[in-house]
Amino acid sequence: MAKEVLIEFQNITKTFGAVVANNNVSMQIFQGEILSVLGENGCGKTTLMNMLAGIYYPDGGKILIRGKEAHIHSPKTAFSYRIGMIHQHFKLIDVFTAAENVVLGVKNGSKYNLKDVKKRIGEMCDRYGFHINPDKKIYEMSVSEKQTVEIIKVLYRGADILILDEPTAVLTPQEISKLFDVLRAMRNDGKSIIIITHKLNEVMEISDRVAVLRKGEHIGTVKTSETSEQALTEMMVGKKITLNIDRTKVENPADRLFVNGLNYTNSEHVKVLDNISFVARSGEILGIAGIAGSGQRELLEAIAGLQPLDSGEIIFHRPKKDLPVSFYHKTLKQVIELAAEGKFHYADGTPVDLSGKSKKEIRRLVNEEKILFNEDEIMNLRDKTPLQIRELGVRLSFVPEDRLGMGLVGNMDIIDNMMLRSYRKGNSILLNRKKPENLADQIVKGLEVVTPDLHTPVRRLSGGNVQKVLVGREISMAPKVLMAAYPVRGLDINSSYLIYNLLNKQKEEGVAVIFVGEDLDVLMGLCDRILVINSGRVTGIVDARTVTKEEVGLLMTKTDAGKEKRDEKENG
Amino acid sequence: MKKKTADRSTAPEQEPTQSGVKSRFELPFHIVKRPHIAPWKKILIYAIALVGGMLLSSLICAVFSKNGKNPLDFFGQLFNGSFGTPRKSWLLFLETALLLGASIALIPAFKMKFWNLGGNGQILMGCLCAYSCSYWLGGKMPDGLLLLVMFATSVAAGILWALIPALFKAVFGTNETLFTLMMNYVAAGVVLYFRSAWIKNGSGQFPTLDHGILPSLDKYSAALTVFVFFVLTVLMFVYLRYSKHGYEISVVGESMNTAKYVGIDVKKVVIRTMILSGAIAGMVGFFLIARTGAGLSDTSPNNMGFTGIMTSWLAGFNPLLMFLSCFFIAFLTRGMTQVRTDFGFTNSSVANIVIGLIYFCVISCTFFVNYKIVFRGKSGEKTDLDRKLANQVRGVK
Repeated sequence: MAKEVLIEFQNITKTFGAVVANNNVSMQIFQGEILSVLGENGCGKTTLMNMLAGIYYPDGGKILIRGKEAHIHSPKTAFSYRIGMIHQHFKLIDVFTAAENVVLGVKNGSKYNLKDVKKRIGEMCDRYGFHINPDKKIYEMSVSEKQTVEIIKVLYRGADILILDEPTAVLTPQEISKLFDVLRAMRNDGKSIIIITHKLNEVMEISDRVAVLRKGEHIGTVKTSETSEQALTEMMVGKKITLNIDRTKVENPADRLFVNGLNYTNSEHVKVLDNISFVARSGEILGIAGIAGSGQRELLEAIAGLQPLDSGEIIFHRPKKDLPVSFYHKTLKQVIELAAEGKFHYADGTPVDLSGKSKKEIRRLVNEEKILFNEDEIMNLRDKTPLQIRELGVRLSFVPEDRLGMGLVGNMDIIDNMMLRSYRKGNSILLNRKKPENLADQIVKGLEVVTPDLHTPVRRLSGGNVQKVLVGREISMAPKVLMAAYPVRGLDINSSYLIYNLLNKQKEEGVAVIFVGEDLDVLMGLCDRILVINSGRVTGIVDARTVTKEEVGLLMTKTDAGKEKRDEKENG
Repeated sequence: MKKKTADRSTAPEQEPTQSGVKSRFELPFHIVKRPHIAPWKKILIYAIALVGGMLLSSLICAVFSKNGKNPLDFFGQLFNGSFGTPRKSWLLFLETALLLGASIALIPAFKMKFWNLGGNGQILMGCLCAYSCSYWLGGKMPDGLLLLVMFATSVAAGILWALIPALFKAVFGTNETLFTLMMNYVAAGVVLYFRSAWIKNGSGQFPTLDHGILPSLDKYSAALTVFVFFVLTVLMFVYLRYSKHGYEISVVGESMNTAKYVGIDVKKVVIRTMILSGAIAGMVGFFLIARTGAGLSDTSPNNMGFTGIMTSWLAGFNPLLMFLSCFFIAFLTRGMTQVRTDFGFTNSSVANIVIGLIYFCVISCTFFVNYKIVFRGKSGEKTDLDRKLANQVRGVK
């Protein structure tokens, strides 16, 4: 296939302060091909493409378009070179319709005539196989529809070179295959398509050639037909790594956390959580799959005591039957109260009566583990604040989605971030930084956190290291329930696998792990069961070992599929 | 591997052409954010800004001088005004101490990102309470007891004035910036109301006091105030840096979500911190009145509630560095008073211009603390930056 060289990068360099985003990158893009730009987060792939789209201007080197040198100093100039970019975060106006968004900012001398615009949109849709209602407002659209509008917007401006930044990150498997069909149709029409991604399986499926970047440098460009996922990974990471997650068998599962009928309606009267019920078991990883924003965040925050609820209950089950009470969970006062209610017995089976015993004596009995529970402890965590949950002795760890905005304090150093959970301990009004310092040291050494020292503000660390600090702290609390929301988002492959292994280890130690993920391959490889959530509703709980990707994808869109059909009817 | 060798062979040919590529949008320099700055560099930048600002000021003063003074006189008079006599030195330290008081009243709130612009009002309410206690109760009880009552009511008034916006913020989420700012005017109005209600002799001024005056340890009754606020500043440093409360304040200030996530009661922290803030402001008011028994006016706080904002920012919210920033501002104010008389300026406008100019130099130099400017090399040669970057990348690999 002798194809014409459309774009050529020559020794492109771009730096941000001391950070070298692109170093001496030289590569070519042909006419009528789908090129994947592959690399880990932070390797400079988006920066490189932003230079083509006129967002940035290179510090060194040049860009040739059709053999001529091009100065692309704004997105507008980029359009004059017939280059259009679809960004990861859509740039649409919510209250406008699709057609209004498409025509916005186009100056071609002709009059503003929405009818013509709609006609042209219709032609494009027929040509490439899109479906879009040009009169639909953006805020009523699903993510995939918004993406379609973005693509049309770029095509409308006459782009022949389309750059898509992580186009599949927010789509379901079905939507992805639809998108890929459209992209293939456009390629066959002679357009060049560049996809920025870090997902290997998609690269293999869609692209003709793959350009791999690593740490700002172009490692090489290969034909997809002549490479393999393993080879590409090696190019990306720079060394051999295994891509298998060790999923161990579930040992002695016990019901740990019951979530019953959670409901929550937000201030905009949207039902965010709709009658959600499930059980999380110890020694098992429960995955939560769903399109972004289906209520995953609210669900985890509700369990963690951060999200008010309309109704429902969150029951924590502590297996304490015939096990000794300890001062870890209970205060002396609580022990006396519980004894008065007749909740304890001695090893020989006689009930415990603490009345008339001195405090010292009771302390001794508890410390010698003489006082045993009659039954398992059952606690409702609903409407409890995180502090109250901790005071109940419930060890619930939560790795939130927003690491620096919620899990950690960006401007504080590693030691101070370690204290977040534990600084209250002790009666002194002053802080004790000794223990957190030891913990920080352990985590930095144990998880190989790359940091100049323990006193570096965590916001200066890279994404993977930030996450190691956060997960390390949460695991150090020896949790009974560990919730993690998108724990590998933005992490490189090595860090991701480190996190998977940590979660697996927690599972083996009998922790009930709840894992909210976006990559179905990972969910199906790591979890034992997968709960699929869709618009705040549970649409299924499936066995991760036997389910197929398509089945999960269908559950993720179950109700939306029906809605789309309705929409099509209305339009037809 | 193959690619690398190719790079090397083509590089020499490409360099001349590459240098020819210059966009018309290319600036001759870059502004680059500094990831780190060595402490000595930081100090040097501030020192250059300070000296530069002073030199500029000395020139301006010389130009405007009514009696032909030269720029050197400016420096002489500046120091003369601050340190010329023991009295001047004491007053300099007194002013520093009061400013420190106003600043440490603001700092805990600022660390919490609660923008308390109501320092003036809180101090003024402290003044009002101290004054009225002495005015009405003076002579009716022993002076020691009176001082205690004055102190207690001042602190209470400061707390009240800070607590009102804090409660609104905590309960209703009201914007504290406007609220605290408006409370200043209310406080001034209250003082003016009592002046017209109590002072019937037509002077329109509160008289100086005879009772409830703090014992003076030195000739200028400054030592006690200086001592109290210097010690309080150190205590505030310890409170913010080493106490659990201080830690909570930092967490709330940095990220409300993190605070909720770890179970910090944000409302409680906001209210508690503003009580502390108001209490210290009220105390400043007490010292303003009780130090010498001065008369009260609606401008008694001498705008320290706002000057304190600047000293806090200049010190990066670090109470220990505030010793420097407060001293610097007190020094300028005292020194410029002297320069003004000596240079024959009939009003304070030139002095204000000069003070503003020096502030501007010192504050704007923070740009160079956070950023540096890198010049591009002349065309045809690879810049140092490029070489450095290339080395860095090689190092990374």
